[in-house]
Amino acid sequence: MDLREKVGRRGAKLFKDGDLVNLGIGMPTVLANYIPEGVNITFQTENGAVNFGAAPGEGYEDPYLTNAGAMPLTIMQGGAYFDSATSFALIRGGHVDATVLGVLEVDEKGNLANYIVPGKLVPGMGGAMDLATGAKLVCVVTEHCDKSGAPKILKQCKLPLTAKGRVSYILSELALIKVTPEGLVLEEIAPDTTVEEVVAKTEATLIIPPGGPKTIEY
Amino acid sequence: MAKAKVITADEAAALIQDGDTIMVGGFLGIGSPGTVCDALVKKNVKDLTLICNDTAFPDKMVGKMIVNKQFKKIIVSHIGTNKETGRQMTAGELEVELNPQGTLAERIRCGGIGLGGFYTPTGVGTPAAEGKEVRVMPGVGGDREMLLETPLKAKVSYLNAAVGDKYGNLRYHATGMNFNPVMAFAGETVVAEVDVLVDFLDPDDVHTPGVLVDYIVRRGR
Repeated sequence: MDLREKVGRRGAKLFKDGDLVNLGIGMPTVLANYIPEGVNITFQTENGAVNFGAAPGEGYEDPYLTNAGAMPLTIMQGGAYFDSATSFALIRGGHVDATVLGVLEVDEKGNLANYIVPGKLVPGMGGAMDLATGAKLVCVVTEHCDKSGAPKILKQCKLPLTAKGRVSYILSELALIKVTPEGLVLEEIAPDTTVEEVVAKTEATLIIPPGGPKTIEY
Repeated sequence: MAKAKVITADEAAALIQDGDTIMVGGFLGIGSPGTVCDALVKKNVKDLTLICNDTAFPDKMVGKMIVNKQFKKIIVSHIGTNKETGRQMTAGELEVELNPQGTLAERIRCGGIGLGGFYTPTGVGTPAAEGKEVRVMPGVGGDREMLLETPLKAKVSYLNAAVGDKYGNLRYHATGMNFNPVMAFAGETVVAEVDVLVDFLDPDDVHTPGVLVDYIVRRGR
């Protein structure tokens, strides 16, 4: 099972039946493939639709119907379109139950940084600040360490923040971590790792629950 | 009732001069007025300020105007899909003001509906808060820090709709709607490029009332 499948399978179980969910671009989209049976999720795309479906077959693209990455979509029964002010009213107004975002850094105060590396990568925040601020539940999904092996779960973010103190869960290929006022609680670990390995690869202090973390069920 | 005047894309481009501020509808070019963008490239009007969600792609819509170096400033939420925008910004040729997307939409909405701005929690504690008034606002979920955001307006809003009628009423299609309805309020002059022009729309089908729309351009003309 690769990183994306691990994150997708566990992450999809964070949603509740009936949730309105917005998945960020990139790794977060994988969660849509693993929604448990019997759980009905409505997905939103920030450019103005809910209840969209999979990519259309070749030749069936509608040039006016795309996701937030300009890739063609289909729309399903019960779907709706709306303008950008309405789309972000849903987000800012707390009507979106959960969002899943990728990150460059996340820290033990629930701060996240995912939109800018000054001098290197300046794409702009798009809808990331709105989602991180407005969604009721903010979950970040990430490789536990970056490509050089450096931790991404830090004591304090160094990059400019996307939102302050808004993250509830951090999910990686190694662990599910809950952000609490007391700090980061190591709630679950993958079957193929150990508490010691997770602690060694995390810069932030991890609180180990009494009896140790549960094993993630994929 | 007054009818919207049907004009060509070249006539639409002639509505602005060097140094003007324009809004252009669309999200990564979807729901953007392509024929008008091409006419604006041809007119080669310069030193413009652009208010738009993004700068699309180098070969699409407002992205072509970026490549043609027609802007001195852009007010957007995202520039990652157009490398030329990033290059001009890094080279100091272009001022880029990045806004959270929902904040951008709401600033445009405020500009068009006569409001002086709004307080929002989006961006508190981030670079988006720099230079802005922060105020603790009471709310249902308890006191919360919020930023003051100001309204945006433009000399001309260039929109795109799937269907328009002779009265200027507009009907968008799918996610082509995006920023177009709010920009229809926020331009002193409003031009809508439509794919199809009909005699009249059923009033129930109108997304943007024609009273806001001054000119109609037919796509490709």
